Amino acid sequence: MKTKNLTLNVWRQRSKSDSGRFEKYVAKDVNEHMSFLEMLDVVNEELLEKGEEPIAFDHDCREGICGMCGLVINGYAHGPQERTTACQLHMRKVFELGWDELWIEPWRATSFPVIKDLAVDRSAFDRIMQAGGYISIRTGSPPDANEMPIGKHVADMAMDAAECIGCGACVAACPNASASLFTSAKVSHLGLLPQGQAEREDRVRKMVGQMDAEGFGSCTNHGECEKACPKGISIDWIARMNREFLKAMVTADNEVEERD
Amino acid sequence: MERALTLTKTTIGKKALMALSGVAMLGFVIGHLSGNLKVFAGAEDFNEYAVWLRTMPGLLWGTRIVLLGALAAHMASAFSLWSRNKSARKSRYTKKKDLATDYAAKTMYWSGPILFFYIVFHLVHLTFGGMIFGESAVFGIEGYEWDHSNPYNNMVLGFQHWAVVVPYVLGVVALGVHLFHGIWSAFQTVGLNHTKYNFLRRDLSIALAVFITAGFLSIPVAVLAGWIEPTTQTFFYPELEPS
Repeated sequence: MKTKNLTLNVWRQRSKSDSGRFEKYVAKDVNEHMSFLEMLDVVNEELLEKGEEPIAFDHDCREGICGMCGLVINGYAHGPQERTTACQLHMRKVFELGWDELWIEPWRATSFPVIKDLAVDRSAFDRIMQAGGYISIRTGSPPDANEMPIGKHVADMAMDAAECIGCGACVAACPNASASLFTSAKVSHLGLLPQGQAEREDRVRKMVGQMDAEGFGSCTNHGECEKACPKGISIDWIARMNREFLKAMVTADNEVEERD
Repeated sequence: MERALTLTKTTIGKKALMALSGVAMLGFVIGHLSGNLKVFAGAEDFNEYAVWLRTMPGLLWGTRIVLLGALAAHMASAFSLWSRNKSARKSRYTKKKDLATDYAAKTMYWSGPILFFYIVFHLVHLTFGGMIFGESAVFGIEGYEWDHSNPYNNMVLGFQHWAVVVPYVLGVVALGVHLFHGIWSAFQTVGLNHTKYNFLRRDLSIALAVFITAGFLSIPVAVLAGWIEPTTQTFFYPELEPS
């Protein structure tokens, strides 16, 4: 079992209004089987013992499915391992790359203000979801299984889009801090399924309207989001969203209101 | 007050406008290149083609109006999105790794303005050249006199001088780089994608960018190599007088 000492440069920011700075810490005897967050936990234990403020970072499930964690590690959103969230990144990967010094930054986007240190406020995503990321149904007794026929390829595609965990790595990695990948996955996931047809035209317009109102940048087709996404959401969804949006804006019989 | 969401105010609407105006200008560039390649067919063919462009009813001004509108729309959307994207991330990363993007995509905000300045230079040279320089030498280059009736020589003589060749090469290379990302990007922006054909989008952008760049560059290369020479023939085309 390998252990190693690492130098950490961690972004410390007291509050949203604080300007923030990097602080240097030494993580001693880091075990190769630790997850990245466990390594930070150990650093925090030491800080607490010394009576210092621990490093704030977001986390919840720690199994790569909740979308809470998010760190930019040496310039990589969620770290250097493809299709892996920061919590599922293990220190052996960091050792493999021969990194002795790490730079740990929060997601940087005007629409994701820093709450503290590495934790950012992603409620802009919640507001995009509230704008149209739902379907309206009558609840009641459960419908029969397979009552509504859905083609296998449609179900598969909807599932691919639904893989998005809303972590915000796409925004973090985008040179323009655009939320196009997230919004497109959410628009498409419901837009593909029969249950999502009733609100289809409204959904795409309302969600894009909200995305713009939140101040995210526009998509310039660099493809950085797709590479950073821990779930491998494809930029093909962005093209699909653009198509749906333009079509709805030109042909829909009703209008939706502008958000600001 | 509640206002209806308007297409041109949304980011996707602006991007679509950029894509469509870009396609209009790309169409012109392809036509312009195929016309210019007539230089290889000789002075007579080239000059007659110039006369044809001038005498086709509505062609000259129709093209000018469409292109000016497209350029204005392209630049206005680019500027608006650029300033939006700048304010979308105010605090920069200390470390940031690029995993997917390429040189062309990252330099769109450079290749665009370079192209704009080149277009201005190009218009001053060849569209307003006769009016600006009159009887005096073009750009002060000795022996480079303007001849309304002989666009072939106006072009070929120019390419014998670095003051014309250098900006031209810069402009054409910027165009190629801009198109490499722009054509692919336009497909994505207007939602023209399908797993069956997606690989063609990249191939088409590369093929068009290379074809257009190489095509335009072939002319100064041919002039400098001496394969194309100024003509001693004299022409008289009153249609080509500035109107």
